Amino acid sequence: MKNSSPNKTRGIKSSQQYQRRHFLKTTVAVGAGLVLHRLSPAYAIDTESTLISSASNNSTTATDLVIAKHKLNIAGRVAMPTVVNGLLPGPILRYREGETVTIRVTNQLQETSSIHWHGLIVPENMDGVPGVSFAGIRPGETFTYQFKLHQSGTYWYHSHSGNQEQAGLYGPLIIDPITPDPYSYDSECIVMLSDWTFEDPARVLAKMKKFGSYYNFNRRTMGDVFRDANLNGWRSMIKDRMEWAKMRMDPTDIADVTGFTYTYFLNGQSADQNWTTLFKPGERIRIRFINAGAMTHFDVRIPGLKMTLVQADGQNVEPVTVDEFRIAPAETYDMIVQPQTEEAYTIFAETMDRSGYAAGTLALRSGLSAPIPARRVRPLRTMADMGMSGDAMGNMAMPSKDGIPSADGMSEMEMPLDATPTMSGMESPASKGDAGMDGMAGMEMPSDDMPAMPVMENGLSTVPEKAETIPAKPHGPDRHGPGNSTVAEMPVSRINEPGSGLGDAGRRVLAYGDLRRLSADGPEGTPEREIELHITGNMERQIWGFDGKKYSEAKEPIPFEYGKWLRITFVNDTMMDHPMHLHGMWMVLNNGTGVKRPRKHTINVKPGERLSFDVKPDEIGKWAFHCHLLFHMELGMLRVVSVTDQKGKVQS
Amino acid sequence: MITSSNKKYRACHATFLLACKLLASMALMTSLVKAEVTPEELPSPVEDSAVRSFLLIDQLEHTTTRYTGGDKDGDAVRFNTSGWIGGDYNRLWLYTEGTKVYDGKLEDADVQLLYGRLIAPFWDLQAGLRYAKPLSDGPSRSYAVFGVQGLAPYRFGVQAATFLSERGDISARAELEYELLLTQRWILQPRLAVNYALQEVRDQGIGRGLNDIELGLRLRYEIKREFAPYVGVSWQSSYGGTADFARDRGEDVNEWSLVTGVRLWF
Repeated sequence: MKNSSPNKTRGIKSSQQYQRRHFLKTTVAVGAGLVLHRLSPAYAIDTESTLISSASNNSTTATDLVIAKHKLNIAGRVAMPTVVNGLLPGPILRYREGETVTIRVTNQLQETSSIHWHGLIVPENMDGVPGVSFAGIRPGETFTYQFKLHQSGTYWYHSHSGNQEQAGLYGPLIIDPITPDPYSYDSECIVMLSDWTFEDPARVLAKMKKFGSYYNFNRRTMGDVFRDANLNGWRSMIKDRMEWAKMRMDPTDIADVTGFTYTYFLNGQSADQNWTTLFKPGERIRIRFINAGAMTHFDVRIPGLKMTLVQADGQNVEPVTVDEFRIAPAETYDMIVQPQTEEAYTIFAETMDRSGYAAGTLALRSGLSAPIPARRVRPLRTMADMGMSGDAMGNMAMPSKDGIPSADGMSEMEMPLDATPTMSGMESPASKGDAGMDGMAGMEMPSDDMPAMPVMENGLSTVPEKAETIPAKPHGPDRHGPGNSTVAEMPVSRINEPGSGLGDAGRRVLAYGDLRRLSADGPEGTPEREIELHITGNMERQIWGFDGKKYSEAKEPIPFEYGKWLRITFVNDTMMDHPMHLHGMWMVLNNGTGVKRPRKHTINVKPGERLSFDVKPDEIGKWAFHCHLLFHMELGMLRVVSVTDQKGKVQS
Repeated sequence: MITSSNKKYRACHATFLLACKLLASMALMTSLVKAEVTPEELPSPVEDSAVRSFLLIDQLEHTTTRYTGGDKDGDAVRFNTSGWIGGDYNRLWLYTEGTKVYDGKLEDADVQLLYGRLIAPFWDLQAGLRYAKPLSDGPSRSYAVFGVQGLAPYRFGVQAATFLSERGDISARAELEYELLLTQRWILQPRLAVNYALQEVRDQGIGRGLNDIELGLRLRYEIKREFAPYVGVSWQSSYGGTADFARDRGEDVNEWSLVTGVRLWF
């Protein structure tokens, strides 16, 4: 890996010995058992160096968390978020691997609440999902969570009840390792990204249900017609418009909820408030990025600095140095940066749909700031996002132009209504590929809108072993009924693509294919069973689910056998990205890295993608399995998984 | 044109309100039933089947009609609404349409209450009842309705229905709509409506075959998504026997109207 960090030294520091900055002076209640009520977390407002009160092994002391609505000043306005201990984000919880922690959560809301420890493998009844693993915490009740920490890394916690998470109920959760991290850094900070609306989230959802494009003010207009006609000629412009119109799909549909209503936060602060952390030139700063956004993918970069990824979803990975990375809701990425000069740097987290951004500053002293980078033009979905890729796209091995999404493939796309899946041109993969070539002329798009070949520009040629991903496979005859509006005719692996709108600016952008588990004792075991799940949705009616069914239509749990490796293959029939989260067990992402396959708790599945992961269920019980775009989950993109032993017993 | 009493209009309005209340209570019952069937007395982890509602007042407009031959004065208020209440797959739909002249008379009125089921990703199959009074001095009739509504390829909004009157007459109506984004907020909406009848219905001024075609073009500005004032033109033309009946009444068979109004939804 040419971009590996040279710094793989194992000379490490334990968290107790080192001065770290930018954690709360006092809000780390862990160990001390403090409950603090401040209007904003210290890590969000402080700009001075702080000695971190690090994790304590005193596992006899409990942490107290109180869930309540608090009047807070948010982005310059007074609002009533639902928060933990009066803080937005909630207090940093910091523990040490191996500890047994006790967390008492008191619900002062008028409705049932809960806290889920995102990414932690805990017993079922500690997982905190009302309706799946427990009844929830009723108003006025205190629920005591107690579990042993078998892992370390950067995680987070959030409510799993209704719209509470997007109303502010989330916070970081850090577990320091027993054996030191195999990389060095001098200081660290948390960057928790999120989205905030001053509307009632239920109201946002209601509007989406009435008009799916309610928040999209980036749709294509007559102005774009003339611009595209100038760039590509009238014929190709019209052809492109006709193809999308025929499908009744909108290529600008990148995010359901946008900057029209959202204010994007970095540690609870808007870009104007400019959260700042301080550094000394030359020091290595570990930034723990957490995406607590309800409906927002962020593209993160720090202009002027390279970022070296050391951990993904709390799991150490082989260092990869990148200029930019996309973080899906619920994912975490730990990056090490080393600013050498005395200038200020902007931590810039632009939303995937380019409708807004969160930003903060790395600086020598408070009050400094660097420019906000120029905003990019919103990307457009492509025929590849519609699962219309030519065959060459699936193999990925040949860096030829065949990979350009087939335009002619469009004509083969049959809507469920038309119900004539004759699919001329689908007989052989070769003819499909040819169609892709023929269609290329018609698919020329403005370069700022569409990264024509993101894969190629992402250094694919330097990492040839990445080519081994799952093969493309034509979609079967089942079109998933009225709950699903499109199917991906030829879903392909997109594991080496950075995603819509990325990879075309000469930047090195992280892709899932770059993630390689650090330890050699990679996940082993051959799956005995494979389950194929299609991610489906009806965009017009905002029905979201799997295989055309929302949760209420498929309440029966998906059976997983205890201890036996299992493969789940996703086919994303929709044109949206979906960050899929499986509770209670690690997902081993099949990204072509063999024994180095990374463990993740949240896997973003791109539009039109075919992706698989392996799982070894080693906690008996019922677990939630869902899209972490919270409205998608709420609208039905959730299943319950039931892990049983040989006797078919489910522990309740 | 012909006149009708305020009473009729009120009756029509009352029907509308009653229907709304009926739908609301049915929705409430549905949700109560749903809440009881969750297994193991645990709450559902997600609420993906909430009963929701939508009311679109697509047209609420002042029309100034310019006749090419007739002698009638043509200022009126027109409305056209559609709405639903229910879940994702099963909904009750309500359509209303009408014209009211400024001296308080309702010229024509049309109300439909339909049950609709999502049968394909973009299509609802609908069946229900219609009450219509196409002429202000003509009789009102009830109809059985069977139709579809949805989004056709190329993003044409479609509503098509056949009507069977209480007297056994069969007629049909198709409406086609498109939304052209000039900018994110300036939206041009062409609209086509065609009426067709298999039988002549003399007392309602309906001839056999093609009755009339209405073409509209409305340009709106979405101050909010839910609130958009507009201006536009509307052209209506009658054909065949329907045109003959219109001429007999001293009406025009070709009308141009200027419209100004507001589009609202809740």
